[in-house]
Amino acid sequence: MELTSLIAVAIPYAAIAIFLIGFSYRIVRWSLSPVPFRIPTVCGQQKSLPWIKAGYLESPWTRMGVVARMALEILLFRSLFRNTRAELRQGPKLSYLESKFLWLGALAFHWSFLVILLRHLRFFLEPVPAFVGAIEAADGFFQVSLPVLYLTDVVILVALGYLLARRIWNAQARYISLPSDYLALALLIGLAGTGVIMRYFTRVDVIAAKQFALGLATFSPVAPENLGVMFYAHLFTLSALIAYLPFSKLVHMGGVFLSPTRNLANDNRARRHVNPWNYPVKVHTYQEWEDEFREKIAAAGLPLERQ
Amino acid sequence: MSNPKPEQLVQIDYRPPSRDWMNPAVEFRRGTFCYSAAAKNLEYLNLPNPREWQPFDKDWKLPPDWKRIVLEGMRDRLRKFRSFRLFMDICVRCGACADKCHFYIGSGDPKNMPVLRAELLRSVYRRYFTLAGRLFGKLAGARDLTEDVVKEWFYYFYQCTECRRCSVFCPYGIDTAEITMIGRELLNLIGCNINWVLEPAANCFRTGNHLGVQPHGFKDSIDFAVDELEEITGVRVEAPINRKGAEILFIVPSADYFGTPHYYSLLGYLMLFHEIGLDYTFSAFASEGGNFGLFNSHEMIKRLNAKIYAEAKRLGVKWIVGAECGHMWRVLHQYMDTMNGPADFLEVPVSPVTGTRFDHARSTKMVHLCEFTADLIKHGKLKLDPSRNNHWNVTFHDSCNPSRAMGLLEEPRYILRNVCNHFHEMPENTIREQTFCCGSGSGLGTDENFEMRMRGGLPRANAVRYVRDKYGVNLLACICAIDKATLPPLLEYWTPGVEVAGVHELVGNALVMRGEAERKTDLRGQPLELQEAVHA
Ligand code: SF4
Ligand code: SF4
Repeated sequence: MELTSLIAVAIPYAAIAIFLIGFSYRIVRWSLSPVPFRIPTVCGQQKSLPWIKAGYLESPWTRMGVVARMALEILLFRSLFRNTRAELRQGPKLSYLESKFLWLGALAFHWSFLVILLRHLRFFLEPVPAFVGAIEAADGFFQVSLPVLYLTDVVILVALGYLLARRIWNAQARYISLPSDYLALALLIGLAGTGVIMRYFTRVDVIAAKQFALGLATFSPVAPENLGVMFYAHLFTLSALIAYLPFSKLVHMGGVFLSPTRNLANDNRARRHVNPWNYPVKVHTYQEWEDEFREKIAAAGLPLERQ
Repeated sequence: MSNPKPEQLVQIDYRPPSRDWMNPAVEFRRGTFCYSAAAKNLEYLNLPNPREWQPFDKDWKLPPDWKRIVLEGMRDRLRKFRSFRLFMDICVRCGACADKCHFYIGSGDPKNMPVLRAELLRSVYRRYFTLAGRLFGKLAGARDLTEDVVKEWFYYFYQCTECRRCSVFCPYGIDTAEITMIGRELLNLIGCNINWVLEPAANCFRTGNHLGVQPHGFKDSIDFAVDELEEITGVRVEAPINRKGAEILFIVPSADYFGTPHYYSLLGYLMLFHEIGLDYTFSAFASEGGNFGLFNSHEMIKRLNAKIYAEAKRLGVKWIVGAECGHMWRVLHQYMDTMNGPADFLEVPVSPVTGTRFDHARSTKMVHLCEFTADLIKHGKLKLDPSRNNHWNVTFHDSCNPSRAMGLLEEPRYILRNVCNHFHEMPENTIREQTFCCGSGSGLGTDENFEMRMRGGLPRANAVRYVRDKYGVNLLACICAIDKATLPPLLEYWTPGVEVAGVHELVGNALVMRGEAERKTDLRGQPLELQEAVHA
């Protein structure tokens, strides 16, 4: 096989296969482990007495409430928004300062990534759906260059740059970071970087790219010609990223939906939660207790079950 | 050994050491760890590997196949707990949880960042249970399981109070308390426990309560309280024990009848129940609502909790009221019904005084005393004179479990606003769901662990200091037995001049009883006028 068709055809298909199998395996593995106890982390007032206002979102007691809590978590990173930075000054005086950069950086990265993914549908669908055009129009609202500069292209690079810089410069973040944390960031930066270079600098042949993408999507791939080295780099980084995903922390994109501290209602005392592996345990019974302390119970004048 | 001074302790260096965290070596320095569990307690509870040993020993006398036991224990728990498997997989090491842990804030030790505490276990998970970890080892963040790792686990899993504050801030809700609980279960499999957890657990299994108080001792202390109450109020109350056919079974943490300042809350309960004519009973067997099983293993929770429903059934009550206690309520709210329910022999709780149906407790049939009392006050059923608490300038400490496991936030505050005139909240980031732990929860409140407790309690004490200096707060009210035991030394260390009380102590002070004599002292026996004078 030629090198081009290897990179352009065999590797992407293999990567997608690894991704699909690996990711489903992860999800199935998680779902096979039961949720024995209902352990939401409650972040608001419980639903108790009718005249006390309960926290519908932070301590949900209905399914809708849970869905809303999860939506806030997944779409807006609610919990990360709470972030503060503890600071100890002389006195001693501890303060907890607003610290929203991590939230902002994470949100900016994830949302621009999503928008960019949706924009890429243009390459895989013919005719191009209207919503893709609408997203492009919105994203390219500031028509500052030709080709139109997409806001998300700038945002994603800045956000990823921030997330990387934070890992390197923040002493705590650096200390906890593993090689795999940098690998994930490197792949994402590589992916976004090659995309940006291709679009704004080396100016890829968009028609050829689309033909190739359509070929991939319809399982009749043809190795592209004249797409340039940046295109291959882009495609290869993407393949590496999606093949790596199931083996990495990036599975959080699926896992977050299953988190039992977030996706369960705080209605523990109202509805019984069943543990599928609940098993009988050795307990100390009242009768054993009474038998051991019989004299003392009698002497104290407390009633006995058996005289 | 003398304890370090606050000025020394507060010199905290947050710069991480140059040493890689994957190096497991820990130094068991006095003051920063708890002693091992005595063999007799393990034996009584039929737990594995009872022996004499201490954490600072070189040889921990682990069973010969300890490694297999731990790894099989992990495999078993990965299969049984979605929380565990998921939390092992999805942490992105963003560090949002890092400075949310009171032990990290108070010690600067990076392994007290919740994320690293979890990584101690996660690195072993990767090594033995994931492909990447098996193939790439250290590069993939994987570590071999060695004896040093076991020692490190012991050190750091007993340096987490399972308070769940980190979980509030984690974008995936990763609950390091859950990981600590599993970590402690694994340690338990090879006999690495602490005595401050297992002695109460063994006592509780045998006598019904943590302190090992036997039935006659229980009766004596309740009788003593009744006598003392008569002296203070001039009213003689009834305090029935093991009485069949009562409407309500009342469950308290044992410290309430054996410790101060808990005891003053017990006086408050007795007065309240007398005043509304509640048809209730104590149980000398279910004489403990607290459950140190929570700090040992899920199985132990169930073993110790079983007596509550069993006694409710035996005594033929209709429903159950539980008193002020934090971890006790985590178990009652999140575990009891699942483990030992369904309680279909009980009825949905209805307040006999107000007729309020506690619908939110319709399945467990167990109501928190603060819910019960708040409802009484709301319906105007209590005659209260808050000026009898004028000598107290009060703040409220949310205990970890009632806030983050239950969401019991407003009930106690509503009560406090009705029973005292001076009430001030601590800063926003330190109360309600963001509340800071006392630093001694989950069985760590022992003397040998003093330094670590003071470190862990620094954020809480510092917030108290803020309201003490700003508003003149001199009393911290709370609804937790561990708080009542461990906050007084903590505040004395960091924030002298602030006392600790249960919410129902203040209720008792304010409660105007029918036929009472003129109240000369508060429930602590401190003269009332005198204090008024001091305050003015
Ligand atoms: S906040 Fe959550 S995801 Fe971030 S490091 Fe902590 S546990 Fe991991
Ligand atoms: S549960 Fe509490 S003590 Fe444990 S790691 Fe989290 S914040 Fe720290």
